[in-house]
Amino acid sequence: MDQNHAYTAYHPRWLRPHVSTYWWLEKPAYLAFILREGSCMFVAWFTVYLLLLLRAIQQGQAAYEAFLAWSAGPVVVLVNIVSFAFLIFHAITFFQAAPQAMVVHVGHRRLPARVLLAAHYAAWAAASIVVFWLLTGA
Amino acid sequence: MGDRITLQVARYRPEQESEATYDEFEVPCPKDWVVLDGLNHVKDRLDGTLAYRWSCRMGICGSCGMTVNGEPKLTCATFLSEYAPGPVRVEPLRNFPVIRDLIVDIGDFMRKLVRVKPWIVRQVEKPLSAGEYLQTPDELEEYKQFSMCINCMLCYAACPIYGLDPKFIGPAVIALAQRYNLDNRDQGAAARMEVLSEHEGIWGCTFVGECTKVCPKHVDPAGAIQRYKLSAAVDSMKSFFLPRGA
Repeated sequence: MDQNHAYTAYHPRWLRPHVSTYWWLEKPAYLAFILREGSCMFVAWFTVYLLLLLRAIQQGQAAYEAFLAWSAGPVVVLVNIVSFAFLIFHAITFFQAAPQAMVVHVGHRRLPARVLLAAHYAAWAAASIVVFWLLTGA
Repeated sequence: MGDRITLQVARYRPEQESEATYDEFEVPCPKDWVVLDGLNHVKDRLDGTLAYRWSCRMGICGSCGMTVNGEPKLTCATFLSEYAPGPVRVEPLRNFPVIRDLIVDIGDFMRKLVRVKPWIVRQVEKPLSAGEYLQTPDELEEYKQFSMCINCMLCYAACPIYGLDPKFIGPAVIALAQRYNLDNRDQGAAARMEVLSEHEGIWGCTFVGECTKVCPKHVDPAGAIQRYKLSAAVDSMKSFFLPRGA
């Protein structure tokens, strides 16, 4: 609304309800949104953690052993468990949102959302299998 | 189910009050009555000073959007019996300044809507003798969903981003811009992008997704905005890597 709009006899004043700072607690959907957006912090933490691991490997055996010992500490384990839970939440909510943004046509037909969703989960499963294979050397 | 239900109706009389108050009215609740029927009963029989907008009673005009028990709803499509035994709280649409009772000022939306040129833009008009602009059913299907918007503004009432930053151009305006961009007869996408690539355009949206949930016509404004972001990002990458055009 035009902030400088002049009040008249017919529009003596508007009522402008204030949005609460805690608006995101008003509805479960708003809270889920804030958690989804906030979960990117945990994604960032895993990126930092991976970089720290790479640095430790690069510095040699002793640094790597020290990194493993630090990672086994209760605080880091707890942080990683919580981060992992948020990472799963982030991935699932991201996948749910993807078909709304992606419109894929095959010929003249638009692919239905569930096909796109299935493709995302299939790619996730495939990537997980590759990582598992790399780790176990199977 | 009781045959009467209590409406708690938000009142705001600017010449008397500086805050909203609530009046309670007991209205009949037959199973075919919608919230708007209850309000009309109040206006006709109980309190003629109640102010609210309505017109078609069939979900086409988009005038009767209000907040019913905290949710943005078309009051002509929301049955009273769903809220039995009540009470039913009826408030003006959120995120808009209230003029009186249940009437909000929609000037902000109207000014934003015009900015995205929600009509078919042609660089050069065909002469009349050349006939119509033809369109196949597949081409119609591309934008049809977005053309169902009735400008009821429920999506603005549901959008916390618009509530926090009224400069945000908002869900319906972007969906309507997309409706014309996806129309093969239109050539105005570049002009619309100038408006929508502003900070308060598509990038203001953080994809809460509530606009899509409350839309009574299943337009999916959130989807329109994310598609817009994706195509804008692809275009800017193309112009970066292929400055002379692909």
